[in-house]
Amino acid sequence: MAWTRKILRVDLSNGACESEPLNMEWAFKYLGQRGLASKYLAEETDPKVDPLSSGNKMIFATGPLTATDAPTGGRWSVVTKGPLTGAIACSNSGGFFGAELKNAGWDIIIFEGRSPKPVYLSISNENAELLDAGGLWGKSVWETEDRLRESCGDPFVRVASIGRAGENGVLFAGVINDKDRAAGRSGVGAVMGSKNLKAVVVRGTVGVKVDNPNEFKKASKAARKVLAENAVTGDGLPTYGTQVLMNVVNETGALPTRNAGEVQFEGASKISGEAMLEKRASDGKSQLVSNKGCYGCPITCARVSQMDSEHFSVAGKPQYQDESGGLEYEAAWALGAATGVDDLEALQYANMLCNEHGMDPISLGSTIAGAMDLYGEGVITDSDTGGVALTFGSVEALLTLVELTAKGEGFGKEIGQGSKRLCEKYGKPELSMSVKGQEFPAYDPRGIQGMGLSYATSNRGGCHLRGYTVASEILGIPEKTDPLTTDGKAGLVKAFQDATAAVDSTGTCVFTTFALTLDDIAPEVDAACEGDWSADKMVEVGERIWNLERNYNLQAGFTAADDTLPKRILKDAAKTGPASGKVNDLGKMLPEYYQLRGWTADGVPSNETLQRLAL
Amino acid sequence: MKIRIKLFALLSRYLPPDSTGNEADLEVPDNATAAAVIADLGLPGEHCHLVLVNGAYLAPGTYGARPLQEGDALAIWPPVAGG
Repeated sequence: MAWTRKILRVDLSNGACESEPLNMEWAFKYLGQRGLASKYLAEETDPKVDPLSSGNKMIFATGPLTATDAPTGGRWSVVTKGPLTGAIACSNSGGFFGAELKNAGWDIIIFEGRSPKPVYLSISNENAELLDAGGLWGKSVWETEDRLRESCGDPFVRVASIGRAGENGVLFAGVINDKDRAAGRSGVGAVMGSKNLKAVVVRGTVGVKVDNPNEFKKASKAARKVLAENAVTGDGLPTYGTQVLMNVVNETGALPTRNAGEVQFEGASKISGEAMLEKRASDGKSQLVSNKGCYGCPITCARVSQMDSEHFSVAGKPQYQDESGGLEYEAAWALGAATGVDDLEALQYANMLCNEHGMDPISLGSTIAGAMDLYGEGVITDSDTGGVALTFGSVEALLTLVELTAKGEGFGKEIGQGSKRLCEKYGKPELSMSVKGQEFPAYDPRGIQGMGLSYATSNRGGCHLRGYTVASEILGIPEKTDPLTTDGKAGLVKAFQDATAAVDSTGTCVFTTFALTLDDIAPEVDAACEGDWSADKMVEVGERIWNLERNYNLQAGFTAADDTLPKRILKDAAKTGPASGKVNDLGKMLPEYYQLRGWTADGVPSNETLQRLAL
Repeated sequence: MKIRIKLFALLSRYLPPDSTGNEADLEVPDNATAAAVIADLGLPGEHCHLVLVNGAYLAPGTYGARPLQEGDALAIWPPVAGG
């Protein structure tokens, strides 16, 4: 049980919505969500397919614990071939949409083909149909969600949609649900836009069953207790959110600043989690209003913020003056430290635009930072930018480019292609802070060596959520390792990658792993699902998923040469902080990593490894 | 001698009154250690999870091992995480 054992297959080309049984042989090997959807994608698409063509497929996937009582059991993922990278993409979201989809009786939706006109998918339990979205095309995520809820006449429906960015082919467009929860990375929203699919609206009242209710109740209760009693998940994350990291990472000299030209930002404290709690001089209110949680989440790390209505960016724009999804660490870093902007209110406005129009703030901010570097070097000028002076630290430049990118206008069209294509176009590929075409996030690999290997080997391009060794290297979770050494990092990265792939396939949130181990999570899966699910089996499943994704990318044309970092990270030493004088020593870690993975020296899984993992 | 004390998250309530943002200059005896500063400020030990001197990590149990130097930055966090 836990799985509904049902797939909804939607052929957008002819409008057919068909139910089919879930492949249970695959479910026992790949569990759900990230793993199982990746298996379907790998089996059903040519890895060389153009990501924005009708031949690509897009999969919405829940996990077996989605919509159960497991703490944080509201996660779902979008899996497809990503247009930003050309690699397999898996973007994970929270909110309430995933649980609603599961409660409607579906494990997975597979979208294939391309609709001849804009449509949205309406699901009410077992009933699914494609409806005309002509009146929604061109509308924002927020307006789309409001209109669909109103037209359904049911306030409890949940909506996942794209904004103008997804429609306009912004290569880092995301899919947004519940207005500010995002399957944000790798351009999954652009794939949805290329299929003329505007939204999915779902209402589910079927519910979810688990295999052994008594054991499941015990396991989920035990996990909740651990989460509540842990200082990070029970106190730190609810109170300060992810933004508490801004000062931590800056102090440790690992905050990529002004397109990673530096590793510490003098304005970090002004855009930190602590700053979000400070009373503004202008109106005496703090930007942070409260925290909030996704479905079934006791951690409640999400932010609710409200801007100063007199701030120049929103003055006279009432739609941005209400409470709205607040800054997370990655967004505050990308829109702030990466561009040199230290105006917290402006960053929140840019963050809201990302939610409203469906854009990944990490890739957006980093691409704008790359453009600012090009401008600073004189490679592009006002004639290229439409008169926008792209100097680091310019609030006006940042907000203008965010708005233009969302609308697909002017120089925003070039920003919307991501930093790799932008910097290559102007003959400076080294100024793109990306791996496999995806911009890396808020941890500088010169100051956190393991994260360099994690970025370089991430199957979806530059990403922190594939192997978050920051937990160990900086935060001491589960145990502290030295961020400045490469010793032991190959094993650390592999362990984080495999465990994360397993957790990403359960339907729960990877943030639980700040407190829970697989020894806590496996009993939940074991009680919810048929079969035997030990912690060791979870690791095996995670490793199998990792190798499946790797094989997909190899077949798509990637090689070991793509397992690298921007030249700036490998050649230009950090100038300040504890990592002063250091570059990332990727070359010391990568061969050991390949060996530990059971891959050849060329980064290809050996036959023995494939057999061991039953791939 | 003077050091820079930086206290974050819930530890910020222990900052001296003349602090700006999350930091302040602090007059401490010569050869003062991180452990001595933590004790003088009344910081609850169980909340001093991440202790950095000039950005470099001090392992638990070593807070009293090395004297601070004039101008050192001592930064302390309770258990925190993000992503």
